[in-house]
Amino acid sequence: MRSIARFQTAMAWGLILATLLLGWFGRDLAKALDARWLVKFPSAWVIHFKTKISAAMKWLVEEAAIGPVAFTDITRALAWLIEQPYELVLAFLAHGFFLDSGADPLVILPAISWIAVTAGVIALGHYCRDWGLALLVGACCIYLAVFGQWESAMVTLASVLIAVPIGAGGGLMAGIWAYRHPLGERILSPILDLMQTIPIFAYLVPILFMFGFGPVSALVATIIYATPPMIRITILALKAVDPEILDFGRMAGTTERQLMWRVLVPSASQSLMVGVNQVIMLTLNMVIIASMIGAGGLGFDVLAALRRLDIGAGFEAGIAIVVLAIAVDRLSQAFAERMGQIQHVQPGSWLARHKRTALVTTLLAVTWVLGQFSPLLLTYPESQTITTGVFWNDTVKYLNVNYFDLFEAVKVFFLHWFLLPIKKVLLGLPWPWAIAMLSLLGWRIGGAKLALLCAALSTLILISGLWSKAMITVYLCGASVILATLIGVPLGVLAALNRRAGAVVNLLIDTLQTLPSFVYLIPVVMLFRVGDFTAMIAIVLYALAPAVRYAAHGVRNINEELIEAGLVSGCTKWQLLRLVRLPLALPEILLGINQTIMLALSMLVITALVGTRDLGQEVYIALTKADTGRGLVAGLAIAFVAIIADRLIKAGARGARLRFGLES
Amino acid sequence: MPLKTKLSCRNVWKLYGANAERFLDRDMPPSGEDLRKAGIIGAVRNASIDIAEGEIFIIMGLSGSGKSTLVRCLSRLIEPTAGQVLFDGTDLLCANEAELIEIRRHKMGMVFQHFALLPHLTVLQNVMFPLTIQGVAKSQAAESALEVVELVGLKGREAYYPRELSGGQQQRVGIARSLVTEPDLWFLDEPFSALDPLIRREMQDEFLRLQARLHKTIVFITHDFEEAVRLADRIAIMKDGEIIQVATPEELVLNPASDYVAEFTRHIPRSKVLSVGGIMSAELTGEGDPIPQVTRISAVAEEIISADSPRPVCDGDGRIIGSIGRNAVAHVLFGSGEAS
Ligand SMILES: Nc1ncnc2c1ncn2[C@@H]1O[C@H](COP(=O)(O)OP(=O)(O)OP(=O)(O)O)[C@@H](O)[C@H]1O
Ligand SMILES: [Mg+2]
Repeated sequence: MRSIARFQTAMAWGLILATLLLGWFGRDLAKALDARWLVKFPSAWVIHFKTKISAAMKWLVEEAAIGPVAFTDITRALAWLIEQPYELVLAFLAHGFFLDSGADPLVILPAISWIAVTAGVIALGHYCRDWGLALLVGACCIYLAVFGQWESAMVTLASVLIAVPIGAGGGLMAGIWAYRHPLGERILSPILDLMQTIPIFAYLVPILFMFGFGPVSALVATIIYATPPMIRITILALKAVDPEILDFGRMAGTTERQLMWRVLVPSASQSLMVGVNQVIMLTLNMVIIASMIGAGGLGFDVLAALRRLDIGAGFEAGIAIVVLAIAVDRLSQAFAERMGQIQHVQPGSWLARHKRTALVTTLLAVTWVLGQFSPLLLTYPESQTITTGVFWNDTVKYLNVNYFDLFEAVKVFFLHWFLLPIKKVLLGLPWPWAIAMLSLLGWRIGGAKLALLCAALSTLILISGLWSKAMITVYLCGASVILATLIGVPLGVLAALNRRAGAVVNLLIDTLQTLPSFVYLIPVVMLFRVGDFTAMIAIVLYALAPAVRYAAHGVRNINEELIEAGLVSGCTKWQLLRLVRLPLALPEILLGINQTIMLALSMLVITALVGTRDLGQEVYIALTKADTGRGLVAGLAIAFVAIIADRLIKAGARGARLRFGLES
Repeated sequence: MPLKTKLSCRNVWKLYGANAERFLDRDMPPSGEDLRKAGIIGAVRNASIDIAEGEIFIIMGLSGSGKSTLVRCLSRLIEPTAGQVLFDGTDLLCANEAELIEIRRHKMGMVFQHFALLPHLTVLQNVMFPLTIQGVAKSQAAESALEVVELVGLKGREAYYPRELSGGQQQRVGIARSLVTEPDLWFLDEPFSALDPLIRREMQDEFLRLQARLHKTIVFITHDFEEAVRLADRIAIMKDGEIIQVATPEELVLNPASDYVAEFTRHIPRSKVLSVGGIMSAELTGEGDPIPQVTRISAVAEEIISADSPRPVCDGDGRIIGSIGRNAVAHVLFGSGEAS
C-alpha cells in the first residue's frame, strides 16, 4: 500500500519535472528534431471554424426565418422593445425632448435639471435611511456635476435604469418558472453553470452582429451578463421559504398564482433584494465593456481615454463610475433594508406623509420653468467645472520622472523572474504532451469523463488554430492567479484569525469589489505603461477578492471541536494552522481560487487594451472589426479554458471534501 | 349519543422513497421490516380513523412518528401513496384542483407550530388574508377579521407586525387567521409546542374556551401527553407511522394496548385522567350530593377523602348509577400506578 502511494507521488513529481523541462527546452528540441509542428500547430491542419461561423451568422441574420417571420424581425422587435424605454429615460435624464431631429431641433422639454436630480437623490437617501446616507449620495451627485461628468453619468445611469429592471424582472420570472417546474430547473441550471464560466465577451460579438453597434447591443449584453445571479438567487430564495408558510398558503385556498405572488414572493423578498443588488453591481461592472459595443456615457469616456492613453481623462471618468456605483449601491442596499423594516403608516394628509416627494416634484417643475431664463438651473455651468486631469497627468509625470528606476526595477524583476519563465515554458510545451498531461490530470482527479472533457476541449482549441494565443492566456491568467493566491489566501487566513485585521481586510475587499473592472487598469497603466506586467497587476487587483473571501470563510467555518482537539494534543499556533486549519479549509480555498480564475479570465478583454497578445486581444480585434466568427471562436476558446479549469478545480475540491468526510 | 362522522381515513399510506407505489400493489401490506429492507420510509402506514363532528381528536406520538404527515394527508397537503380520505362522506383525494381550493377556502382551517404568519403583513392583514384571496370586499373582510381578532384577545394590536408580537400573541394571530373563514374542520399542528409552559397552559384554556363557543371538529397534534389529556375527547397514539391505539384518555390509562402506550401514560397523575365513573363501585349507596360520573377524580378527591361515607355517582340525567368511596380514590392517588 505504502510503496504504491510513494510510487505514485514519485510519478507525479517526475511528470511535473518532465513537463517543465520539455516546456523550457521545447523550442530547441523541436528545432533539433526538425519537428516544428510539435510546438507550433501547422496552419495547414487548422480547421477554419471562424469562416464557417461567420457564414452561419450571416445566414442567420440575412436569411433565417420561421415561416414569414425572419430572424432579423425578431431581433428588431426585441431591439425596439428595449430602445423605446431607453430613449425615454435618456431624453429625460440627459438629452431632453425634441420636436424634430433636424440640425437645429426645437426643444420641447429640456433634460431634468441637475439640481432636481441631486435633490431627488438626497430625498431618497433620507427616505431609505438617514441624513448620513442622504449626504453621501448628495455629495456623489455634486462631485459628478462639479467635475464635469454630469452628462456622461446621466447616460450611464439611463442604461442602468433600463438594464436593472429588465434583468431583475426577467431573472425573477425565470427563477419562478424553474421553481414551479422541475423541468425548468433541469433546463436552466446547466445553462446557468455554463454562463458562469463563459466570460462576457464570448457573446459580445454575436450580440454586436445581431443588434448592430449601439446602446441596444450594450443593453442586451449587460442584461445577459447581469441576469443569471438573479435567477439563481430567486430559485434559492423561493426554496428557502418556510415550508409551513407554503402549507399555510395552500390551506388558505390560494390559486397557484396567488400562492406565488401573495405568499411566496413577499416572504422571500429579503433574499430577492440581495439578487437585485447583485444585478445592479454587475450592470455597473459592465459599463466599460458595454461601451465597446456602443454604450455611451462614462464607460465610453474611459475607453476613449484609454485608447488615447490620456491618463488624466480616463482616471477622472473612471472615478466618476466608482462614484456612481457607490451611490447606486448604497441607495439600493438601504432601500432593501428599509423594505425589510417595519413601517407604520403615519396619520395625516397625503401632503404631510409625502413631504419629500412633494418637495422634489416642486423643485423639478420650478427648475424646468425658470430654466428657460437661467440655464444654470438646468445644467451645471461648464465654466465652473474642475478638471483634475492635468493634476493626474502631472502626478504621473512626477512619479515617472523621479521614481522611474524603481518602477522599472520592479517591473523588470517580475518580468524576468516570474512572467517570462512561465511564458517560455507554456509556449514551448509540445501540444501533444500538453493535451496528454491535461487528460491524465483530469483522469486522476475526476475519472474518465473529466479526462475526455479536458482532451476534447483542448483539442478543439488546438485545431481552431488558437493554441499559442490560448497558451498566452493561460500564462497571463495563471501568473495572475498564482500571485492573487499568494496574496489573497494569507490575507483571508489573517482576516479569519484576527478580528481587527478582519475588519480592515473586509473593507479593502468590499471596496475592491464595488469598483468596475477596468478602473484598476488606469493607475497601473500610469505607472508601468502598457504590457504584460500592467495587465497582470490589473488582473490581480480585480480577481483578488474571492481568494480572500473564500479562504477566510473556509478557515472560520472549521468545526470548533477539531480545533480544540488540536489544542488539547498540544499543537502550537503554527502547527494548528498548518496541520488542522489549512488542510480543512482547502476545499473552500480551492473554490475561491476557482472564482479568482473566472474573474481573471473575464478581465482579459479589458487588458487587451494595454496590448496583451492573448485570446482577449483576439476578441477585442474581432469586436472592432465586427468579425463574428473570429470573436465567437476566440470567446469560446476562453470559455473552454475556463471550463477546463473550473471542472478540474471543482472535482479537486470535491475530492478533498470526500477525503475529510465533509461530504458523502 | 351517536355522532355524525365528519372526517375519516381508510388505510392511508404515505411512503417516501423510490418505487414506493409499487410496494403497495401486493396482496399483503408490507411490514416495517419489508420497508426498511427496501430503503423506503413509511411516514404513515395503514392509518384508519374516524373523527366525529364537534370532537377534539388528538394525534400523539414522538417526534418523527408521522403525525404531521398524517394530518397533511387528511388535508391533502401531501398526496397519500394509497388510501381514502372521506370528508363529509366524499373522497377528498378525488377532488380536482378547483374543488380542493373551494373546500380549503370555506371548510378547513389550519394552525401551524411556528405560526407561519406572513412577515410583510400586519396582524389585521394577516387575519384578513384568507378572505382577501377569496375576493371578499375589503371592508367586509376587515370587519370579520376584527371580530376574530377580538375573539382571540388581540384587540388593539391590529396594526402590529408579527415580529412585534410575543410567541403566544403570534399564535393567537395564527388561530384568528384560521378561524376567520368559519371552517367546520380545524387542524392544529403542535400549535403550542413553541411556547413557554406557562403561556402554553394559558393558550390551552383559551383554546377550550373557544371550542366551547364554536364547536368545531378538531384534529390536534401534540407530543405532550399532558396537553392531550387536558384537551382531548379521543387520542390516537402513533409510532413509526402506525396508529397503535385510538381511545379516550381514560381508556388509554386503564387499558393501554401495548407497553409503548403504557409508557406514555406512566408519568401522568392518574387522578387528572380518570373520572369518577371509571372507578366507582356499582353499589347504589352513599350519602350527600351525587357527583356526575364524568368528573375527574382530582377535582373531587379532597371532598371524598374527607367525607366519612361514600358519595353517590350520577349520570348525565341525574340518575344515581353507583357510588365512590375514599378507598377507591386513595388507590388512584397513592397506588402503585397500575390500574386495578
Ligand atoms: N419529504 C419527505 N421525504 C422523506 N421523508 C420524509 C419526508 N417528510 C417526512 N419524512 C419522514 O417521515 C417521518 C414522519 O415525519 P413527520 O414530520 O410526519 O413526523 P412528526 O411526527 O410530525 O414529527 P415532529 O414531532 O418532529 O413534527 C419522519 O421519519 C420523516 O423523516
Ligand atoms: Mg410535525
